[in-house]
Amino acid sequence: MERQDEWVRVERTSAFKELTRQRKAFILPATIFFLVFYFGLPFLTAFTSVLDANVVGALNLAYVYAFAQFVMTWVLMHVYVSRANRWDDLVDRARHEAAEGDGTSENGEAGRSSG
Amino acid sequence: MSDQTISIIFFVLIIALTLGITIWASRKNKSTSDHYVAGGNIKGWQNGLAISGDYLSAASFLGIAGAISLTGFSGFYLSIGFLVAYLVVLLLVAEPLRNLGKYTFADMLASRFNKPSVRSAAALSTIAISMFYMVAQLNGAGALVGLLLGLPYTLSVVVIGILMTFYIVAGGMVATTWIQIVKAVLLIAGAISLSVLVLARYGFNPITLFNEVDSQLGSDMVLPPPPAGLVAGLDVISLNIALVLGTAGLPHILIRFLTVADAKTARSSIITATWIIGLFYLLTPILGYGAALIVGQDAISEANAAGNLAAPQLAEALGGPIFFAFISAVAFATIVAVVAGLVVAASSAFAHDFYSNVIRGGEASEQEQLRAARFTAVGISVLAILLAIPAASLNVAFLVALAFAVAASANVPVILLTIFWKRFNTTGAVAGILVGLISCIVLIMLSPNVMTGPNPEPPATPIIPIEAPFPFLYPALFSVPLGFLGCYLGTLLGGGGAEREREQGLQVSYDEIQVRSLTGISNIEQELQESTPQEEPRTT
Repeated sequence: MERQDEWVRVERTSAFKELTRQRKAFILPATIFFLVFYFGLPFLTAFTSVLDANVVGALNLAYVYAFAQFVMTWVLMHVYVSRANRWDDLVDRARHEAAEGDGTSENGEAGRSSG
Repeated sequence: MSDQTISIIFFVLIIALTLGITIWASRKNKSTSDHYVAGGNIKGWQNGLAISGDYLSAASFLGIAGAISLTGFSGFYLSIGFLVAYLVVLLLVAEPLRNLGKYTFADMLASRFNKPSVRSAAALSTIAISMFYMVAQLNGAGALVGLLLGLPYTLSVVVIGILMTFYIVAGGMVATTWIQIVKAVLLIAGAISLSVLVLARYGFNPITLFNEVDSQLGSDMVLPPPPAGLVAGLDVISLNIALVLGTAGLPHILIRFLTVADAKTARSSIITATWIIGLFYLLTPILGYGAALIVGQDAISEANAAGNLAAPQLAEALGGPIFFAFISAVAFATIVAVVAGLVVAASSAFAHDFYSNVIRGGEASEQEQLRAARFTAVGISVLAILLAIPAASLNVAFLVALAFAVAASANVPVILLTIFWKRFNTTGAVAGILVGLISCIVLIMLSPNVMTGPNPEPPATPIIPIEAPFPFLYPALFSVPLGFLGCYLGTLLGGGGAEREREQGLQVSYDEIQVRSLTGISNIEQELQESTPQEEPRTT
């Protein structure tokens, strides 16, 4: 179980905990948001006619909603990537912390937990 | 010079170009890694273009333009779903897959589960999905080439099949990637020039185009279809589930993330791909509505009942025979390139996962694996050709939607749970793949796609003329939850828990999976040593 201890050591670093916390705090709400926003369009068009109203000329709300999905995709994508690029620093820090923390784990029980 | 001669010249040029790329790439195609994932050396922007190339298939270019030209707004659903799907890929799947996988999507599952049945199930679903997708593409290609060059359907399918087999056997993933890049650039250039020519007729104002469609073809062409009851409404939702989740389970898209060096490059390639794909899909209403107004809906449905030739017809109306030949040749290159990508995915699944890891227990040499991959590519191509010939009467969109639904049901639950669910076990993984795969295919068989439906407009004539017991055209609403349920119940009822499987050596600890998938660390002892400060070297 030597091999497993190493992974747990990375997992226990403060940088890795920060990484998982930040990822979860972003990805969970972002995923819920884009799924709700996405399925809003088929729900509203399949069961109601509220999106039939024209906005400019013959261009109706359904098309505007559809184009908004494109904008939403591009914006969310760039927000995610700019965060993910910052998370890479946390990954490096976790690696360093785990390496430095090498003999210092006083109780060799690290491998038993699966935090 | 006759129109057909011009078409033939363009086809020969396109084929010569792709053959040239293949011959150039074949000199670089030496190891299994080159063959499967181009040695992991593809740059971010190149991979982004190649993803776009893989994604913008005949269904995207010919199918969506045709659907919008004949049905208006409902055709545009495909564009939106195909694009938003990239958020699922980017936020949830791409980086863990890059960090855990090697050559195939099954490798990613195998990084956690050490059981041949998991690999076999993943290889099976990869081959099934790729096969549906391939038959659809070959079917479209056969119709296109048949119409443009006057070749019979069967001969067209065989010629395309032989071409793509040569690309892959000789050039592997390197050739496939570069053919995709060239084709993506040509396709986008073609779509942009077509759109500019359409918009030029309407004062470069898209609103004028919408107004013209509204006044000449009726407001039904611009408005979303009116609500038509519960079943029809849920069918729309079901289609959208398959569209938005399916991409994250398509093997030929997933392996694209294994052709780059690290997670950062995977990320940047998705940015490039999403911009290109999104801009392309934004043009589809212009192409579709432009074709409906300029070519005319009667002429479009006369050439192909599903509207699949609307884009080439529009090119002919706007730019004459040369532009027509160019757009047709690009559409042809599109199909050949996508099919090539699919064959790589399917043959890697068989050669790498099934032959080399399950049958040979990981003992096959580099040479043997490469030979197996090439033989399998030939086998897969022959099988796809044989299946595509009797499928001539099937609707192309139906087959592509089926591939997306199968991918969403069989692959997506198991991918997500492998990354995110600590208690997941081998029985759950196998059960999830099989339940998703089988339920999806069975529901399609029992639906109005195959049997007679209450729906007044089924996409194809019924193959089995009895009343369909399953009223929905699209199965994802049911088969995706069933896939998740299979994973859950399999885990709960079958074998030991994750902890016991770990003791038996059937899976690695979730600690390892979590750290690996988020950090990309794979060789931990070495990487930790390298990170240790120089002044106090330590050993493990």
